[in-house]
Amino acid sequence: MKIVVCLGNVPDTTTKVKFGDGTAFDKTGVQWIINPWDELALTRAMELKEDAGNPVSSVTVVTVGGKDAEPTMRKALAIGADDAIRVDTDARDAYAVAGQLAEAIKDKGFDIILTGIESSDYNGSMVGGMLAEMLDVPSVSAVSGLTISGSDVEITRDIDGGKEQVSVATPLVATVQKGIAKEARIAAMRGIMMARKKPLAVVPAAEVETLTDFVSFELPAPKPPCKMVDADNVAELVDLLQNEAKVL
Amino acid sequence: MSVLVYTENWDGVFKKLSFELVSYAAKVAEMMETSVTAVSIGDVADDELAKLGNYGAAKVVKVDGNTTLDNQVYTGIIAQLAEAEGAKVVVISHNNTGKALAPRLSVKLKAAVGAGLIALPSSTEPFTVSKKVFSGKAFANVVLKTDVKILTLAQNSFEVIEVGGTATVEASTATAGEAKTTVKDVQKQTGKILLNDAEIVVSGGRGLKSGDNWGIIEELAEVLGAATACSRPVSDEGWRPHEEHTGQTGKIIAPNLYFAAGISGAIQHMAGISSSKCIVAINNDADAPVFESSDYGIVGDALKVLPALTEAIKEAKNK
Ligand SMILES: Cc1cc2nc3c(=O)[nH]c(=O)nc-3n(C[C@H](O)[C@H](O)[C@H](O)COP(=O)(O)OP(=O)(O)OC[C@H]3O[C@@H](n4cnc5c(N)ncnc54)[C@H](O)[C@@H]3O)c2cc1C
Ligand SMILES: Nc1ncnc2c1ncn2[C@@H]1O[C@H](COP(=O)(O)O)[C@@H](O)[C@H]1O
Repeated sequence: MKIVVCLGNVPDTTTKVKFGDGTAFDKTGVQWIINPWDELALTRAMELKEDAGNPVSSVTVVTVGGKDAEPTMRKALAIGADDAIRVDTDARDAYAVAGQLAEAIKDKGFDIILTGIESSDYNGSMVGGMLAEMLDVPSVSAVSGLTISGSDVEITRDIDGGKEQVSVATPLVATVQKGIAKEARIAAMRGIMMARKKPLAVVPAAEVETLTDFVSFELPAPKPPCKMVDADNVAELVDLLQNEAKVL
Repeated sequence: MSVLVYTENWDGVFKKLSFELVSYAAKVAEMMETSVTAVSIGDVADDELAKLGNYGAAKVVKVDGNTTLDNQVYTGIIAQLAEAEGAKVVVISHNNTGKALAPRLSVKLKAAVGAGLIALPSSTEPFTVSKKVFSGKAFANVVLKTDVKILTLAQNSFEVIEVGGTATVEASTATAGEAKTTVKDVQKQTGKILLNDAEIVVSGGRGLKSGDNWGIIEELAEVLGAATACSRPVSDEGWRPHEEHTGQTGKIIAPNLYFAAGISGAIQHMAGISSSKCIVAINNDADAPVFESSDYGIVGDALKVLPALTEAIKEAKNK
């Protein structure tokens, strides 16, 4: 079986975001990381490959992005992915990204396609499902557990107020969230050395349109200062919550 | 032309989430001078379906059967009904189900998605929505360029508006092929208030020192009719189940009231709860960042403040 992980390159989660003239995200000084859920997806893919009981032959990572995404992709190779594909164009909206991913991975015989549930920058939660529909394969979302059983995949997915066990034939798209792997792996020195020699293919962008335009950005209004209440006077807090905030 | 809204049911019953969605769809329909058609898949009784009229649906189309969600089957059905109704806008929740259906539907209908919205579109010409980006650190104004649009609404972010209308119920036999996913087993929590549904949430962090101290969180939640939550390290340590972890990598919630006890207020934690209408922080460090993004704060030992608060609320309720 071949696994591919769709890997987003996103600003570190502690980044103070700025938008210059308000029309585009200012990338100056930003540290880039693997999108947190994609890192968990990659970790799970590596666990599946390392378990000798599974017929996993390779783990590929694919990113839609410019050359500046390559350090993040090398990180994924250092964590253990066998090879990487970069589709050479900026990510402009979810539909376009899914379209590029579909072009890049179709006809390559991938059995398990993993995406994260959300990218931490544009918070769409859309790429995984769009990709599945474009490839016309089943999709399971909110996946918090995944094992291989013959040519099927056994999945635990979160539903409102519980969990469901689902069985799906490959190929499929699984959109993963927390729980899929316990903790994201970090690259070891040996992995970092090896990553330099692993293949990172750059493929040209396909003709894909966008369905949305991000026209401007705004920062939220600053919060008024926190009203402090004395620890010995919790009754006052109750009164404020009842009569001022009106939430009790 | 119409606004279509997909209403999810739980074992044949609608929840507040469904009414919120219909209320939102009704406001969008008003902006577009059209009416709302609600779609319901699964076995739901007609009198339950008719309730949707009270929130602004003019018509309900029901599709019986298909009680377990298969993304492809459901998407196929909704797409057919959207086309049959000439829907210009399709409203879906931004919950786990919506996140599974909306993207597939987007490709099927070639419809742009406004994802995870917390407000009405700011204009219909061009069709512009404001969406949270960078986990709540900013908002983007996004133009949806296609003829048909899909809007996914974040849970608890729009008020339920009763309009007292009635809806006609129509049965549809739309089908969409065989399910390719097989559900083997379902485990549901029972008798607990679900974090995503809760109006009030009591949450604890590493400052509570040990999972053994969670009794005081649960007691406060009990008197408030609240759900319990926690920070990521707390669930990583195994003090609490993973389902309770809120934040950027956990659940993203928007209750009316969120208590953060012994939580430092890391940006990744706040990303999951910053849409709460009111945040109360309890922390023994007056400089903890959590106070910067809270409405009310108490500097003190959570192990003492929480039980005192439980008592004070009991007293206030008995008055
Ligand atoms: C990519 C990424 C994603 C992440 N996602 C999440 C996420 O989704 N959710 C999340 O929560 N975290 C997340 N984190 C972790 C986050 O950065 C913080 O480490 C975490 O939120 C801290 O949890 P905490 O506040 O419980 O613990 P701490 O930071 O240890 O804070 C404990 C607090 O308790 C206070 N305290 C101590 N004793 C007492 C007492 N007796 N009474 C009252 N207060 C007391 C302390 O003053 C302190 O402020 C993420 C991190 C990364 C890098
Ligand atoms: N530029 C990208 N390149 C590769 N995969 C991506 C990209 N953007 C998003 N994804 C994948 O799609 C998932 C969901 O992203 P989104 O729909 O943007 O929230 C992410 O977790 C990634 O797995």
